[in-house]
Amino acid sequence: MNFLSLFVLVPVLMMGGLFLSKNLKQIRLVVATGASLLLALAVGLVFAYLGERAAGNAAEMLFTAKCLWYAPLNIYYSVGVDGISVAMLLLSAIIVFTGVLASWKMEFLEKEFFLWFCLLSTGVFGFFISLDLFTMFMYYEIALIPMYLLIGVWGSGRKEYSAMKLTLMLMAGSALLLLGILGIYFLSGESSMNILEIARGHIPGQAQHWLFPLVFVGFGVLGALFPFHTWSPDGHASAPTAVSMLHAGVLMKLGGYGCFRVAIFLMPEAANDLAWIFIILTGISVVYGAYSAIVQTDLKYINAYSSVSHCGLVLFAILMLNQTAMNGAILQMLSHGLMTALFFALIGMIYGRTHTRDIREMGGLMKVMPFLGVCYVIAGLASLGLPGLSGFVAEMTIFVGSFIHEDVFHRVFTIIACTSIVITAVYILRVVGKILHGKIADHHLSLQDANWYERASTIVLILAIAGIGLAPLWLSDMISDSLLPIIQNAKL
Amino acid sequence: MDYSHFIYLKEELSLIAVIVILFLYDIFGSRKSLNYFQPVACLLVGIHVLLTCCPARATLAIFGDAAIIDQAPGTASAYPLYSGMYNLYPLGSIIKSILATGTLLIFLQARGWLEEKQTVIRRGEFYLITLFTLLGMYFMIAAGNFLLFYLGLELASIPVATLVAFDKFRHRSAEAGAKYILTAIFASGLSLYGISLIYGTTGTLYFADIPAAVTGAPLQVMAFVFFFAGLAFKLSLVPFHQWTPDVYEGAPTSVTAYLSVISKGAAAFALMAILCKVFGNLVEQWQAILFWTTIATITVANLFALRQQNLKRFFAYSSISQAGYIMLGVISGSALGMTSLVYYILVYMFSNLAAFGVITIIERRSGKETIDDYNGLYSTNPRLSVVMMIALFSLAGIPPFAGFFSKFFVFAAAVEQGYYWLVFIALINTVIALYYYLRVVKAMFINKNETAIAGFRSDGYTRLGLIACSAGILLLGVLSIVHGEIHHYSTGW
Repeated sequence: MNFLSLFVLVPVLMMGGLFLSKNLKQIRLVVATGASLLLALAVGLVFAYLGERAAGNAAEMLFTAKCLWYAPLNIYYSVGVDGISVAMLLLSAIIVFTGVLASWKMEFLEKEFFLWFCLLSTGVFGFFISLDLFTMFMYYEIALIPMYLLIGVWGSGRKEYSAMKLTLMLMAGSALLLLGILGIYFLSGESSMNILEIARGHIPGQAQHWLFPLVFVGFGVLGALFPFHTWSPDGHASAPTAVSMLHAGVLMKLGGYGCFRVAIFLMPEAANDLAWIFIILTGISVVYGAYSAIVQTDLKYINAYSSVSHCGLVLFAILMLNQTAMNGAILQMLSHGLMTALFFALIGMIYGRTHTRDIREMGGLMKVMPFLGVCYVIAGLASLGLPGLSGFVAEMTIFVGSFIHEDVFHRVFTIIACTSIVITAVYILRVVGKILHGKIADHHLSLQDANWYERASTIVLILAIAGIGLAPLWLSDMISDSLLPIIQNAKL
Repeated sequence: MDYSHFIYLKEELSLIAVIVILFLYDIFGSRKSLNYFQPVACLLVGIHVLLTCCPARATLAIFGDAAIIDQAPGTASAYPLYSGMYNLYPLGSIIKSILATGTLLIFLQARGWLEEKQTVIRRGEFYLITLFTLLGMYFMIAAGNFLLFYLGLELASIPVATLVAFDKFRHRSAEAGAKYILTAIFASGLSLYGISLIYGTTGTLYFADIPAAVTGAPLQVMAFVFFFAGLAFKLSLVPFHQWTPDVYEGAPTSVTAYLSVISKGAAAFALMAILCKVFGNLVEQWQAILFWTTIATITVANLFALRQQNLKRFFAYSSISQAGYIMLGVISGSALGMTSLVYYILVYMFSNLAAFGVITIIERRSGKETIDDYNGLYSTNPRLSVVMMIALFSLAGIPPFAGFFSKFFVFAAAVEQGYYWLVFIALINTVIALYYYLRVVKAMFINKNETAIAGFRSDGYTRLGLIACSAGILLLGVLSIVHGEIHHYSTGW
């Protein structure tokens, strides 16, 4: 058996273990072991991948394996990774690990919570290792449905409304996607669900022009594409901490990754012709998300709108269809995944202490919880693109890449998107100023600073953010090597 | 007459044997020995299921003709018996085994209800009548002649009315029985009129001879329309669905389950078989008819289901819309479509029976059957809630449950034939459907309730049935072998 399948097997085994465990201690043991194992696997995979590449293995996908599943439609269970999926798997493993730490003190139906959490991770990991459109789509849906109960049962605020809205919008997106996938299968003439095989062939131009929007919008819903992003603020605001982390950190990346791996890779002609429409939409996402974040008063809403803006930037960069910008897009996915997870973890910790997320009711928290305060500032700086942290590397690459295009349209939109950096600074500094500095409310004076598992989870995330920021080269090399075949395919 | 043909009728003959044994037992058994009536009945039906469930290849090897076994995949065609009156074909055997399995599951669920004081003296009738209707469905499926088909159709419809009215002291049950018998007779009258027009225009009732005489004359199209309308009543396709919610609500829950799964599955398969064998020349006409019927069925039923409070009415509308998805397999008409239709029926059977199993047991223990009554069910009856949730997710088409795979395959079959718009509308409807299925999940898992249905332990039969259904839902999708076996024998036309 291929060792990539372990990424799916481990969460499934975790679910089995959870099912059997009897008390909180055993539950924690199971999830902590499983999450650490996944993290170790992901790190091991990075080294194995780099080792293979260094040894001169130039295949498009490494560690591939396939096994026939449904013969009538040529559906295979086929796995394989390139640099981009390796990066995504690492990101997912980090977030799952820190998510488990962040929900260490679950107080209500712990077992069920972690069962759904593991199902969600199964979907996420499975999605990134799949090379077959069918299994990819299946894992995509597996990752979506646990959100409903995770938000509905363990969430806060208007959780039922948010959970339903999120589920229905994402499922509507996946309905479009399903039609797109079937269209690709039957119109490509390859009679194959394998992404690489379809890419080697050629989908007729006319078919591409209606399949591309289906697939791009289908994945774009999850990537918070402008008119379809409305599930995101409500969903993130209502979700429990670990779920917000996983959802904003990893699940939204499924959208970006899918747009890139399926829509752009398989239908390059249509991508070239139709990119302008989606560049306009994502441009709106970027700026509109940032402006919306300025006026919000709920910490989670601020961060959710910020996610809309940053994820919009991911799609924006993908649509530039050149290596630099796409490289930036992948880096931005990683960077945004890590820092938004950090944000949501911190917000969860602050909320657990102050029992409010309204920034008007908080102030001076730096005095009572310096550790959390400093971490929040670091997350904020990463978000607004301070050099040395991951955000800078990603956004710099994106804007350089998109400015390479010489026509007015692309340049104007690059400049518009660039303004989001300034707006980001406004809302980040506003929050930092309001909640961390200023006068502290009397009833907040007795609050405790972070305890060990909270420290552990934030430190892991900060290390990762700083790691990308300080030493981005190996990562960006790994990604851009893998981008080459996709770019070649796009140029035709 | 060639008596050797009887050996091929193993499904029908074994079912008749079961019926005869149970009939004699019910009449001549002493009062004390009748206490074992239900276990014995379930056991006998179980043996019957095992006999029909053997992989088609194995049974053909034992009973069948080498000529059928050796055919290459995808070419296995019908093998006429009794000069074409009866058709032996592997896919028919598969669907029969699916229906028999479903009937067994319903018997397991119905046991508690039949032990009640009002019904215990009539439990023998329940088993016998149900098995007779099952026999009728076998004939519908295997028929090679419109007369045998009509006989099967009647045998499968009229006794059901007595089942619907089985709780005769309950006003609603009696009312539903009357409604059912009137619509069923009207529908079979329509079908019969269609059949008579076919006979008038072609001069034969044998399926094998009709296609040569079908020229697409207006009278023949009309014949098809009448015939189709009759079957559409049974399948409860929109606009022939009006009886469904009332009957489903009024009938005893086990009978509702039977109507929504077994009766529907048999009718869908028979419709496909006849479209394929008889009306092949009218393909343009019936595809157009089916196209609009399918769209109407899925959409209208979904919109009505949104507002339902009573779970049985809710599942009535849900099953109407599921019939629409089954029609996607019929309309595509390819080998892939046939496979996906049979597979869809199989998966739908497990999912719907799991849901009805939960409804039955809860209704019996607490008398409650609205969605609001299910509020907070998870806190008191976690296992039942989980079974219900899996069933609902499977019906909604969420992976990793089997419903996802069956929906994917019907969509794939329809897209293969170029029905992009149809699939698009069906897909939009899956989102609407997800909303109302989630309403029930929300009631069970999210809503708080001080007076939730008290926790109870369900009896062994129900548990066995629910475990079997859950296993089916969880495994059918992941194990592709079942789908492969069905596909091996589906031909298309």
